[in-house]
Amino acid sequence: MTARTGAMDAVWLMYRRDLVLAFRHWDQAAQPVVFFAMVTTLFPLALSPELGELRQLAGGALWVAALLAALLGLEFLFRSDHIDGTLEQLLLSGQPLALMAVAKVAAHWTISGLPLVLVSPLLATGLGVPTGALCTVMLSLGLGTGILSTVGAIGSALTLGLRRGSMLLSLLVLPLAMPALIFGARAIDMAIHGDTARGPLLLLAAMLVLAVTLAPFAAAAALRISAE
Amino acid sequence: MWRGERSVLSGLSVDAAAGDCVHVAGPNGSGKTTLLRVLAGLLTPERGIVTWQGRPIAADREAYGAALSYLGHSDGLKPEFTARENLAFEVGLRRRLSASAIDSVLSRVAMTDSRDLPARSLSAGQRRRLAIARVILTATPLWILDEPFTNLDSAGVQCVTDLIAKHLDAGGTALIASHHAPAVPRHAAHRLDLA
Repeated sequence: MTARTGAMDAVWLMYRRDLVLAFRHWDQAAQPVVFFAMVTTLFPLALSPELGELRQLAGGALWVAALLAALLGLEFLFRSDHIDGTLEQLLLSGQPLALMAVAKVAAHWTISGLPLVLVSPLLATGLGVPTGALCTVMLSLGLGTGILSTVGAIGSALTLGLRRGSMLLSLLVLPLAMPALIFGARAIDMAIHGDTARGPLLLLAAMLVLAVTLAPFAAAAALRISAE
Repeated sequence: MWRGERSVLSGLSVDAAAGDCVHVAGPNGSGKTTLLRVLAGLLTPERGIVTWQGRPIAADREAYGAALSYLGHSDGLKPEFTARENLAFEVGLRRRLSASAIDSVLSRVAMTDSRDLPARSLSAGQRRRLAIARVILTATPLWILDEPFTNLDSAGVQCVTDLIAKHLDAGGTALIASHHAPAVPRHAAHRLDLA
């Protein structure tokens, strides 16, 4: 009588739905990128306008700012759906919940991670990063924000029912993001010094693959618990 | 079944066949919503089992979800989306839809005039109608409705009752928690009283 929506069509629909929602709240969606830009432009003011000195700190500064910026929107990944009851409907939609979590994470990254990657060359240049290293900056931040969005989905799903979940969310997610921070900042550093950053970038990519493979299942289980 | 420190439901058995309407009645706090959430698979009972077509629902949650429409206390609508968008996105996850199918369901719940308004600017009764429209459009054999008549005017109550009767006529099953017995013609509602 009725044709069921295929799982991949459902993923695409969920992704589109979250993007449309984000565009209707563009002020909220723009928060991470504004935060990222503000923090990185404060560094030259606070430390030194000397490009040589800034260059030494650029990798770490960019990564810490990006990590905290990406953390900003994480709390809202499932929260609004939980509040208005659409999450309940999603749990009962008959679609694989882990795939739906992937769709939501992908949408979240497109809204909060991708803009950071796109503005990073500009901000990195401001911190004295040479042009040759900009590609590594974008790659490492792209992989890193991807890891944070994916791993963060577990924390976001677990803290769903809590009234003040944001603190707990940071405590849950930041330790898991530390390896990414270390290798990501190192990759930028190596590129700035003219070395090839292949090693740390490959490690980051491996972490992302691991996160994308396992985290959606954990997030789906956490969502079922939180919805009870 | 426990809620916090309190035992809410115990020793209950419900059975519903195609064409059956089960009316779950009881005073506030007696566990109507809890029972429906357990039956929908949103809550796991401490002991006991829920089966659908002879199979435990935990064995294949996705298949059960696909056979079920649940209307909870909250309407499950995105306030930012228009009535049409809400149906297109929420029901679209479950089945393929055409724009004309959405419009025809909206006209059945008398929402044609407000179909392009965002759900946030609809009245509580209109949002309930829209949530009912979602249940109909999902076109599943099992409806689990928690207080479907909340906020509806008398025309709305009549409209929803007719829709439930039509669903039962077509061989569907409905579990309804409500303070008012749904007056569905031709179908005796089994009443389940929670003391």
